[in-house]
Amino acid sequence: MFKGIFSIKKSLPYVGIFVTLLILPPIIPRFYIYILAVIFVTALLAMSLNMVVGHGGLFQFHHGAFYGVGAYTVALILTKTSLPLWVGFIAGPFAAALAGLLIGIFCVRLTRLYFGMLQISLGSLLWALVFRWYSLTGGDDGIHGIPMPPFISSQNSAYYFILIVLVICLIVMYLILKSPFGVTLRAIRDNPERCEAIGINVRRHQLIGIVIATFFAGISGVLFVLLEGSVFPDLLFWVYSLEIFIMCLLGGWFTFAGPIIGAAIMVSLRTFVGIYTDYWTLVLGILLILLIFFLPEGVWGYIVEKFGSRAGEAVEEENK
Amino acid sequence: MLRVKEIHKSFDDFRAVNGANLHVDKGTLVAVIGPNGAGKTTLFNLITGQLKPDKGEIVFNGKDISKFSPYRICRKGIARSFQIANIFPRLTVFRNIQVSVLSQQGKSTRLFRPARNLAVEETERILESVGLSDKAGNTAGSLAHGDQRTLEIAIALGNKPELLILDEPTAGMSPEETTATMELIKRLAESRGLTILFCEHDMKVVFSVAQSIMVMHQGHSIIQAKPDEVRKNQAVQDAYLGGAE
Repeated sequence: MFKGIFSIKKSLPYVGIFVTLLILPPIIPRFYIYILAVIFVTALLAMSLNMVVGHGGLFQFHHGAFYGVGAYTVALILTKTSLPLWVGFIAGPFAAALAGLLIGIFCVRLTRLYFGMLQISLGSLLWALVFRWYSLTGGDDGIHGIPMPPFISSQNSAYYFILIVLVICLIVMYLILKSPFGVTLRAIRDNPERCEAIGINVRRHQLIGIVIATFFAGISGVLFVLLEGSVFPDLLFWVYSLEIFIMCLLGGWFTFAGPIIGAAIMVSLRTFVGIYTDYWTLVLGILLILLIFFLPEGVWGYIVEKFGSRAGEAVEEENK
Repeated sequence: MLRVKEIHKSFDDFRAVNGANLHVDKGTLVAVIGPNGAGKTTLFNLITGQLKPDKGEIVFNGKDISKFSPYRICRKGIARSFQIANIFPRLTVFRNIQVSVLSQQGKSTRLFRPARNLAVEETERILESVGLSDKAGNTAGSLAHGDQRTLEIAIALGNKPELLILDEPTAGMSPEETTATMELIKRLAESRGLTILFCEHDMKVVFSVAQSIMVMHQGHSIIQAKPDEVRKNQAVQDAYLGGAE
């Protein structure tokens, strides 16, 4: 069924990276394992956003809202109900996708910036709901000490769990972007008017794209809870959504793997520059300016263009 | 096959199309001519749903399609090309056409099958028939202008239309390219049994190719008839042929 999609030769470097990541935990300090796990969670979030931003051409400005919905869903199920863990883990992504569907239905009626504006508004509504509803969500305190069985929440097992979920998600995303659905999504990004004229229901297609992307954002939210054991309203705040957006730009939004690089850069900056100064965003700002001038296609976009076989339809050429 | 009855469209106070009539019979090549600003493109946009008419009827195969959105009109069997090359610049030439074929085959929303194995034959057949096979792997945005216009027509072909609408297919082309493109259109019409409606500036082209010509002037249709009758018609000569051209 997927014959020819994964060529062994081209997949080798990625398998190499995966194996390296698998054997890392006993070797490097705990702190770095934690940072890697944070990068994985964030990378999945950025990848999910890029499905609609880079490949769908939609200004999904408030993606963090769905990340938060996923995280809060699992947190609430684990603290307020006696349902088993796996129910929470499955409910998270579906709740996020449902939120994506409800907000998406209104947003796809608008185009470009108007789409983004409405999304910020509706997403912020979700944020306000979480922020204000003390009795349920704990308001600005959030929910802490979410019970997790140790077999997945001890640091190394959380790392492995997150890594494996990430890899599965990446493979599924890759298949989706290679499918007729993905190709059509990119065609809509390039030229929505033309797509209408060749018989594509553009709005419906975009809406499906949003639902898929928010589903993956929900998975990322669940992984966040697993890693941190807490949730707080900042997850749904629009400023964080902006950060995710920047990750896509930073890594290269017309490529498949770019957002992973973007997420790694952002998390590293926040962690390592954040140690020296609270103004780590200053460094980010300078980096962004340099990026716009010198690498408008993003870091990974630049690498693909320079060293990849043929540039252009980057996602068509890469292989994972 | 297609019948446009007394159609009207205004933008604010400007009456772009003001009572236009048109009929296209199956298997014919119909041209719409008229001076700049006569409302040709607006008329086409009304037929294919990019614009909604204020008044009037558009009947295709017995169905009023004037309130349909573009994608539904396309699924009824009308495909079109645009005046300015309207392609998918970041996708390869092959993908440009494949997207259209996938849409026609109802496979656009398939999620878990690699697109590279789908609709390949049909896409390649179209590439061949328009002569773009050797450029299949190029990024569409990097093609020369003439090739982009050809690709534009090829995308429309991907929908397997009954009626193909071409909005100035030779705009901005050199005389040689114009001749080649018209040859291509004639050939496609014959080999695929297409019905074609097009508008065009080049009079020589229109009178040599079209079987029926509709003349538009200031938003309304003056006449629709065979080329000879159109040439003799006094109103047409006053409005158009006797003028600057």
